Amino acid sequence: MISEQAGEPPKAKFSITRLLRENSTAQGFLLISPANLYLFVLVVLPLIIVTILSFLSRGAYGGVEFRFNLTNYARLFDPLYGKVMLFSLGVGLGTTLICLLVGYPLAYFLAHAPGKQRSLLLFLILLPFWTNFVIRIYAWMIILRSGGLLDSLLQWLHLTQAPLNLLYSPTAVMIGMVYEFLPFMVLPLYTSLEKIENSLLEAAADLGAPPWKAFLRVTLPLSVPGMIAGTILTFIPAMGMFVVPDILGGAKTILIGNVIRNQFLTARDWPFGAAASMILMLLTMVLTLYYTRKAGFGEELLV
Amino acid sequence: MKSEYAVEFHDIVKIFPTPEGGQVNAVDHVSININHGEFFSMLGPSGCGKTTSLRLMAGFEWPTSGEVVIDGEKMGRRPPFLRPVNTVFQNYALFQHMTVFQNVAFGLEMEKVTNQEINRRVNEALEMVKLPGMGKRKPKQLSGGQQQRIALARALVKRPEVLLLDEPLGALDLKLRKEMQLELKALQEQVGITFIYVTHDQEEALTMSNRIAVMSKGKALQIGSSVEIYERPNCRFVADFIGETNFLTGTVKEVDKDRVCVLLTVPKQELYGIGFGDLHPGQTVAVSIRPEKVHLEDDNGTQVEDRTGEDNQLKGRVAATAYIGSDTRVIIDLGDNIRMKVWEQNAISTLDPEAYYSTGDAVRIIIPYENTLVLPEDIA
Repeated sequence: MISEQAGEPPKAKFSITRLLRENSTAQGFLLISPANLYLFVLVVLPLIIVTILSFLSRGAYGGVEFRFNLTNYARLFDPLYGKVMLFSLGVGLGTTLICLLVGYPLAYFLAHAPGKQRSLLLFLILLPFWTNFVIRIYAWMIILRSGGLLDSLLQWLHLTQAPLNLLYSPTAVMIGMVYEFLPFMVLPLYTSLEKIENSLLEAAADLGAPPWKAFLRVTLPLSVPGMIAGTILTFIPAMGMFVVPDILGGAKTILIGNVIRNQFLTARDWPFGAAASMILMLLTMVLTLYYTRKAGFGEELLV
Repeated sequence: MKSEYAVEFHDIVKIFPTPEGGQVNAVDHVSININHGEFFSMLGPSGCGKTTSLRLMAGFEWPTSGEVVIDGEKMGRRPPFLRPVNTVFQNYALFQHMTVFQNVAFGLEMEKVTNQEINRRVNEALEMVKLPGMGKRKPKQLSGGQQQRIALARALVKRPEVLLLDEPLGALDLKLRKEMQLELKALQEQVGITFIYVTHDQEEALTMSNRIAVMSKGKALQIGSSVEIYERPNCRFVADFIGETNFLTGTVKEVDKDRVCVLLTVPKQELYGIGFGDLHPGQTVAVSIRPEKVHLEDDNGTQVEDRTGEDNQLKGRVAATAYIGSDTRVIIDLGDNIRMKVWEQNAISTLDPEAYYSTGDAVRIIIPYENTLVLPEDIA
């Protein structure tokens, strides 16, 4: 019996080894499967869960009842939420714009700093990330609160007389948001500005362009990829932000991010929170798609 | 002509700090006068100061001391965008975000020329560099040679007083480079603009230039025509850098105007040659003898005749030969491991091996007096 088996090679009906040896599509699939696994577990699966959740309804005691309905979405058409959504959009766009205006000169300065200083400055830009984000935002409370650091400084300089009452206002939220997202704007801008060869500016000067014209005609257009990448990196997370308005905005300033967070953590209405997330995601996606259609992804940065 | 010269360098010095904290004289007391309509080359190895000199003319650098004068006007610290010169950059420096047309039009837009005029002149310039109809393309869609032409058109369209070219052909392959050399020269004669051309390629400089400045270590060692710098180099560096040559060392024995008698170290004998610079008896000199400017004779054992005033003779043995078609390159051992290369032109067509020198042959090298150049050791 033993000798019989030894003479014949085992005939497997299905062998993964053989499949991989013969089929190049299977080979390719196996090679990218770690990436696929990542995408599935971290993006696709949560998205499916949230999508399903958004069509279910809240149970009596905060659980989820498997009853399909559209009421969650219908509730979002309440003008109250429309207002919050518009306000969030305004804050998101405002944050992005201010980050661009503040970040551009900073990135320009970085890109033109001499070699050794440059690495130090880049390090300083990244340094705040070593501290927890929430703690850094709390630090802004100390700066912005009535009679806080900023008020004291301004009064000491005789620039203001009374406290500005900045804390718990939309202004405080904007300050916190710009503070948080500035590095995400500066770094891609820096990368694109740093790539512009000096000989191009010399060529512009050689052809009769004074420095400001050379900036408008050469530097600015060549830094567009950095601006696009920076605005995307700033705008998308800014739209979903809830920590900054929570801490610096007080009860008055509610963003869509706060609404979603409250539904999940306070009101325990997960289906409604999921529906709000879906709407926020759709809105952000449509805006970003429209923008990248017009301007590109800033992929020139990668070349 | 408004002024005597297109570009003048009055005792220019440019000092750069080095990363180690020292300083280097990139340009070291250089004075040059460049004529209107001249094709002038600055030739030298990397680090000789030729590119810095060009950048001083363009206004990208300002001299530490001395004065750059362009078309009779002192430039002082005038910025590049106010100077009547334009530059063709080594890496072309084309604006990748603009079309070819926009690139060429850029300089004219800065001059507030009307759109009609811009259109006309840009198309004219593109035609001049043989790239008509390429206006709508982006520079990246063009070959290296075509990009080079666009860079040229972009500078020429401004009709500058002086065109500065910084190794513009350096990135092109050999064949294209040779074509472009002739084309550039023809273009320069056509437009009549002063071209100042920086290169490390001696053949390029010799082919195109009216005059050449040979530079080394920040100094302009010799300024002259192609023929002058090849046939009458004024120092060892120039003789060595331009073409090939043999150097024999010796000491000056006697100076009679520019006729100099030198006592060679090896072989111990006298040579007569043309002297350059301030030579005096006892001075150590380099005797430059070009390999194609001598000829060989079989040494039949007779004494070296003293033929003062006609030819110099050296005796030696053939150490190696290489037949390369147009001539045979012969290395001759003069004794004491002093070797000399000689290029014997193959003027007669024959298959007879006896007609060619072979290793071990005893030979006499005949060197006419005017082909023997007695040069001071380097000034720089």
